[in-house]
Amino acid sequence: MSGKDDQPYEFDKARLSTAAVHAGEERQKNASSITDPIFCASTYTFPDSASVIEFVEHKLPREEYGRYGNPSERVVERKLAALEGGEAALLFSSGMAAVVGLLMAKLSGGDEVVLFNECYHRTRELCAKHLSRFGVVTHEVPACDYEAMERAITPRTRLLISESPTNPHLSVVDLERFAGLGRKHGVDTLIDATLGTPYNVRPIEAGIDYVLHSATKYLGGHNDLLAGVIIGPTDKLEPVRKLRGILGSVNSPHNVYLLGRGLKTFELRMERHNANGRAVAEFLASHPRIERVYYPGLETHPYYDVAKRTMRGFGGLVTFLVKDADWKQTAAVVDAVRIPRIAPSLGGVESLIEQPLVMSYYECTPEERRQFGIPDNMIRLSCGVENTEDLIADLTQALER
Amino acid sequence: MQFRTRAIHVGNEPDPRPGAVVPPIHLAATYVQNEAGVLQEFDYSRTGNPTRKSFEETIAALEGGTHALAFASGMAATTCAMMLLASGDHVVAGSDIYGGTYRLLHNVLDHFGIEVSLVRASDDPKRVAEAMTPRTKLVWIESPGNPLMSITDIAACAEVAHQGRAILGVDNTFATPALTRPLELGADIVMHSATKYIGGHSDLLGGVLAVRDAELAERLHFAQNATGAVMGPLESYLCSRGLKTLELRVREQSRTASRLADWLAADKRIARVNYPGRREHPGHAIAARQMDGEFGAMLSFELNGDFAAAKRVVEGTRLIRLAVSLGAVESLLEQPASMSHASYAREDRLAHGITDGLIRLSVGLEAFEDLRDDLDQAFADAMG
Ligand SMILES: Cc1ncc(COP(=O)(O)O)c(C=O)c1O
Ligand SMILES: Cc1ncc(COP(=O)(O)O)c(C=O)c1O
Repeated sequence: MSGKDDQPYEFDKARLSTAAVHAGEERQKNASSITDPIFCASTYTFPDSASVIEFVEHKLPREEYGRYGNPSERVVERKLAALEGGEAALLFSSGMAAVVGLLMAKLSGGDEVVLFNECYHRTRELCAKHLSRFGVVTHEVPACDYEAMERAITPRTRLLISESPTNPHLSVVDLERFAGLGRKHGVDTLIDATLGTPYNVRPIEAGIDYVLHSATKYLGGHNDLLAGVIIGPTDKLEPVRKLRGILGSVNSPHNVYLLGRGLKTFELRMERHNANGRAVAEFLASHPRIERVYYPGLETHPYYDVAKRTMRGFGGLVTFLVKDADWKQTAAVVDAVRIPRIAPSLGGVESLIEQPLVMSYYECTPEERRQFGIPDNMIRLSCGVENTEDLIADLTQALER
Repeated sequence: MQFRTRAIHVGNEPDPRPGAVVPPIHLAATYVQNEAGVLQEFDYSRTGNPTRKSFEETIAALEGGTHALAFASGMAATTCAMMLLASGDHVVAGSDIYGGTYRLLHNVLDHFGIEVSLVRASDDPKRVAEAMTPRTKLVWIESPGNPLMSITDIAACAEVAHQGRAILGVDNTFATPALTRPLELGADIVMHSATKYIGGHSDLLGGVLAVRDAELAERLHFAQNATGAVMGPLESYLCSRGLKTLELRVREQSRTASRLADWLAADKRIARVNYPGRREHPGHAIAARQMDGEFGAMLSFELNGDFAAAKRVVEGTRLIRLAVSLGAVESLLEQPASMSHASYAREDRLAHGITDGLIRLSVGLEAFEDLRDDLDQAFADAMG
């Protein structure tokens, strides 16, 4: 045992890479192991009935049953809270499970939510098609239109929701302004910062109440797990934690282990994702076959000023339009790249590419796609951590075909 | 189908090829064959396993080799390489090879009539030539070497070994293929303790051999299959996952190590810093040639203090953990005199340059400033 384990190192205050490796972990682990064990147990034993009673009377903090919590999971929750600069974190089996868990815990029939219309489409669908069945009223307003959002707030409004940056348009929300709206009207705010990550955006420092991530993306980072997380104040997350134990949308110990392992290289991966995203965006912006590039780090981006003020880097996601191309010619570009694989999702070490028209919006009518701002010639590229020159050479050959 | 049959077969159709972006983890011990007597690519997991093969293919490509084999530990990999030898053969090895390799050569292989000579290959590859006999079949070196980060000229040793019709094996654990690719420098076998940088997260044991010759690969595979110390599928998966960030990790950890080495060298409490990236390091020129852009993430330094002071320093860090092993995201340090080289007689230890005040540091991914501050407070507490 190292001599100073009795003087805990304050990892919450350490720099990001140090926190990514160490925060949330006990210094002295089971069996003095350097890594945390994976607790697969579905249930936890008590030595005697007296300790059961002690536990039920909240005098003994400990585990009870796998659906209510798991030691491996708590380690990763603490690490995520530290990276985000929040008090507590709550893990779910997927990003959508986290959205469902939070919204169901917060909302009742008759309550209202206001969303920016560029939120993740399944979140909007959940509100419009499913929570509506339980009497929850949803108002969608144009992304980053703060006046429209304010006008949509009523005394029944319980939550303001946005994603930032948004997907696939990469619009960037002014988080302080968004948080200010919530404070002014006594309404909680939720930011889905999946594309932003705690490396690039700091919603809690801007005054946001809840930060949500599809940890399937950059946080896990290896395209090999599904997970969701909500970070926020301990007291506000407690009812959500209780509901998670009823809904049952807990993650698995093995997955959570891989998530924690992925977080150890979080800063490194983000630096490379940011560098690749920027280089690819700049390359595409100067390419004659490209009509338009959506990337918050480009001066031509409508939200460049907000992005520059509030983001440390601009991420690995780049969306672009192929000039004078119909959907088939656009698909031909997607089919011609060799390194990025055609797949939905983003944020992993492997680059992924997709044409929103054929991937997520195939079933929409042309009118609906116009409304969502999804032209036929749009391509979304999630830059992985491959070598920058390799990615650009690959795009060059694909665009030359 | 009855319940128990469904429970075993439904949803377990072989190879559905779902296009998963990450290959599946194949836990199967055995593989169904189409025809008696005609083996398919996989027949039994000791002989070959798709998850292990996927990792082996990646590491072979990273090492500039054509074939690789994955093992249950670094020592299992080294043992397999030694299985190429026969009674009466002779091995020439660097004097600062890993202690476990020393133990294998001196206390196990000696029972089988294999002889070994240790030479200071890092001083001069001629030392290797001088020790070679007509029975020398294998030269085994390590660079950087432990714990003084001695640098051995791999290309020169390959030439010497080949002149004597021996093969050259290089333990590339410290340098990793991100920085040194011994096969490209003429080595015949490259070995790794994948426990270290390849896995990279202190959460598995593993070993690797990589080669660029099909016939040698075949002999090694025969020995691996015959002796059986293969890497398991879960470890293979974690190694594959680790490889995806190998270069990022090793370069970042090396940059931090280099900054720490400079900081330590300028500190009055430190008598000496052993880091190949520093000009005064005896192996600097070779390292600059042989290593690709960085000098690795391992360093050692000698305190201006005695055994007790060094012991207090390694026990007094708060961020850096006291542990043997190396190469992971978390920084680790140790005192060779009391830990990795404690079994040496003090005189022998000193003769090898392993002083009482020597401390070895495996630099992880933490921020340079946090590591520096941690060492600084440990020095202040231990040395006043
Ligand atoms: C921004 C955003 N939020 C939420 C989700 C949902 O997360 P998951 O797929 O982990 O359920 C996704 C991904 O699909 C997303 O991109
Ligand atoms: C340089 C070197 N070679 C070989 C080994 C042995 O590897 P393992 O511990 O994986 O058997 C080690 C590790 O301890 C090592 O540091």
